[in-house]
Amino acid sequence: MSAVDLSRLQFATTSIYHFLFVPLTIGLAFLTAILQTLWYRKGHPEHLRLTRLFGTLLVINVAVGVVTGLVQEFQFGMNWSVYSRFVGDVFGAPLAMEGLAAFFLESVFLGLWLFGWDRLSKRVHLATIWAVAAGGVLSAAFIMAANSWMQRPVGYQLNAAGDRAQLTDIWAVLTNIVFLWAYLHVLAASLVTGAAVMLAVSAWHLRRGTSTEMFQRSAKLAIVVLIPAAMLALFFGGRLGINETKYQPMKIAAAEGQWTTCQPCSFSVFQIGGGNNDQTPKKIIEVPHLLSVLATGTWNGQVVGLNPLQTQYAQQYGAGNYVPNVFIQYWSMRAMAYGGVLVLLVALWGAWLIWRKRLATARWYLRVAIWVAVLPFLMNTAGWMLTENGRQPWIVQGLQLVRDAVSPSNSVTTIVISLSVFVLLYATLGVVDFLLMTHFARKELAPDPDPAPAEDAQSALHFTY
Amino acid sequence: MTLVSFWFIVLVVFWTGFLVLEGFDFGVGMLHGLVGRDEQGRRVALGAIGPLWDGNEVWLIVAAAGMFAAFPGWYATMFSGFYLAFVLLLVALIARGVSFEFRDRRDSRRWRRTWAAATTGGSLLAPLLIGVALGNLLHGVPIGTDQEYAGTFADLLNPYSLFTGATVVLLCLLHGASFLALKTAGEVRRRSLRAGRRIAPLAAAAVLGFAVWTQVMAGNGVAPLLVEAVAVVASVAAALLLGRGRDGRAFAATSVAMAAVVVSIFVNLYPRVMVSTLGPSADLTVSNTASSPYALKVMTVAAVALFPVVLAYQAWTYYTFRRRIA
Repeated sequence: MSAVDLSRLQFATTSIYHFLFVPLTIGLAFLTAILQTLWYRKGHPEHLRLTRLFGTLLVINVAVGVVTGLVQEFQFGMNWSVYSRFVGDVFGAPLAMEGLAAFFLESVFLGLWLFGWDRLSKRVHLATIWAVAAGGVLSAAFIMAANSWMQRPVGYQLNAAGDRAQLTDIWAVLTNIVFLWAYLHVLAASLVTGAAVMLAVSAWHLRRGTSTEMFQRSAKLAIVVLIPAAMLALFFGGRLGINETKYQPMKIAAAEGQWTTCQPCSFSVFQIGGGNNDQTPKKIIEVPHLLSVLATGTWNGQVVGLNPLQTQYAQQYGAGNYVPNVFIQYWSMRAMAYGGVLVLLVALWGAWLIWRKRLATARWYLRVAIWVAVLPFLMNTAGWMLTENGRQPWIVQGLQLVRDAVSPSNSVTTIVISLSVFVLLYATLGVVDFLLMTHFARKELAPDPDPAPAEDAQSALHFTY
Repeated sequence: MTLVSFWFIVLVVFWTGFLVLEGFDFGVGMLHGLVGRDEQGRRVALGAIGPLWDGNEVWLIVAAAGMFAAFPGWYATMFSGFYLAFVLLLVALIARGVSFEFRDRRDSRRWRRTWAAATTGGSLLAPLLIGVALGNLLHGVPIGTDQEYAGTFADLLNPYSLFTGATVVLLCLLHGASFLALKTAGEVRRRSLRAGRRIAPLAAAAVLGFAVWTQVMAGNGVAPLLVEAVAVVASVAAALLLGRGRDGRAFAATSVAMAAVVVSIFVNLYPRVMVSTLGPSADLTVSNTASSPYALKVMTVAAVALFPVVLAYQAWTYYTFRRRIA
């Protein structure tokens, strides 16, 4: 493997890993804030216990999310120095704003929330968890603006030498249409992730019959959030797809394994083969017109195929292979879409059970609901695979190739060392995080009407403070 | 003043703010096993930084991201050139960061000891590596005229930079001890004062050595000399004040000492941002690494609007958790 391939592998590994935690914490922060608001409004002790339970899960995952985010912040310069020089002018601004506007907010207020139970008034303490939630939502905005610029560069001008993209219009960067849909999509996906985990934890307890009353409340909240969030995630994802067809046609053509231009286009539900960019996979089921609708928003829209696009790009940018890995694109797209529909169905099933007042006793449903929590993580990963793999071979669409962006001073050995270190460290963290998550998610919740006294080791620490 | 110089100052503020604030967290992390004789004592020590350290560490993130935005050339060369050192730094920060959250999540001695080791080791390694990195900016590393790093990992381990790293570690220890003396009561406070008194002469000597070495190697006019003098005076003052148990003033003195050490590196650098050992024509400067004027203007608006708000609520956290712990 070359230094470029290894750097790519490292960036993919670390960012996919980081993004297991990010949507979970954005979603959970919001849901925890809702729980605490319910407690603040109604004074029901069960809401407080739920706040503490899901707050604990939130804090454990924020810890991992924050430290792995640090790696992301450093890696642009460490592994992609040519890229950093090229785009710093445009790409650096949202990253710096993210630090100032979002990370401070999130970290400082999380400290206040965690240690402020007996230091702040109830109302101010409630405000701190909302500030944490707002920090997460804001940070996603800036990072998605930066990422969307790599997908569809706007608001810049190349310098005379052509080796630097210089910012000319920050509003163009912050109102990039790809950014707007991608951002909304990520927010909805974060809510889906948080709510699915909340549903799974509640289902686990309901199945065991522990604190049934209380976990029915959290299951209801999860389902109430899950239904619109899953619908919106699908809708925003669809709008994003239509814009990608316009600005990154390769990405969508590859996601559909569409080698030749079609009009109208049918959607391939399932296919066998197609690995190594084989152009003749066996398509099993196809739905007429559906691809036209998904990719262009019209009944008979045209989708340009990979082969004509390749010819066009070779003419425009010079000889080379401009087709991303079609197999990854095709299945990432489907993992996300099918997973999304599945989550939505499970949420609707749950809503029906709530309506029939049978949620707490529906054995089969509770069993399924526990495992549904796995889906959002798969979908989130698939989403990044789709959007980043579909950008290949570009690092900035149409402006810079990945292979031209890598740090020239890094040897293969160096990157092998760093990659191994990160993989080992992240694997360890993953195991610890998972064990802690399951431990706390399954813990019996002792009645705790008073917010001040210690109820577990962590709050004992707060108490001594 | 041009926007380019303004952003150089902003970055100096970020790096200085980071080491002044996170510096005592590092010190507490290194010392917590020492000043806390039992589990209760260790908890008190860590509890003193519990609500604060995460926000303090964000200063590092804005320092890095601010560099990326304002001086992409500097960010690119420094971060790719110091690659392996920064991998180690990240490992240290990761291990330490999760250790605070994880250590009290299970009631087992082995579990706690593992995470305590991560806290201590990470808190030692991180300031050491950051000190080495800052030292190297001024000492110089091989950088080609294409602004790309042309050296190896071994080039980073020169005596001056290693000494700078050791100085920063000692200052963090002293800073952490005076912070604990200020924020705790009882046994932990007594032990912190005692640890601080023992570290103080070493730290003051290191700062003096650093000041002399920096002046001899890279003396750059009167202003840097003054900053170096402030660093020496403040660290000596910290030693004396700790000896008398004046914890508040001692903490102020260690803060000033830390700030002056960091600032003295940058004032000696300016207008360069990284010295190249391959000749002055290859030096990175504020002007040959900066972003375009428009980008800097955008960043200035954002920073001027956001930074005071951040300072206000971070100050409020310190006010909220102002009480001593015992």
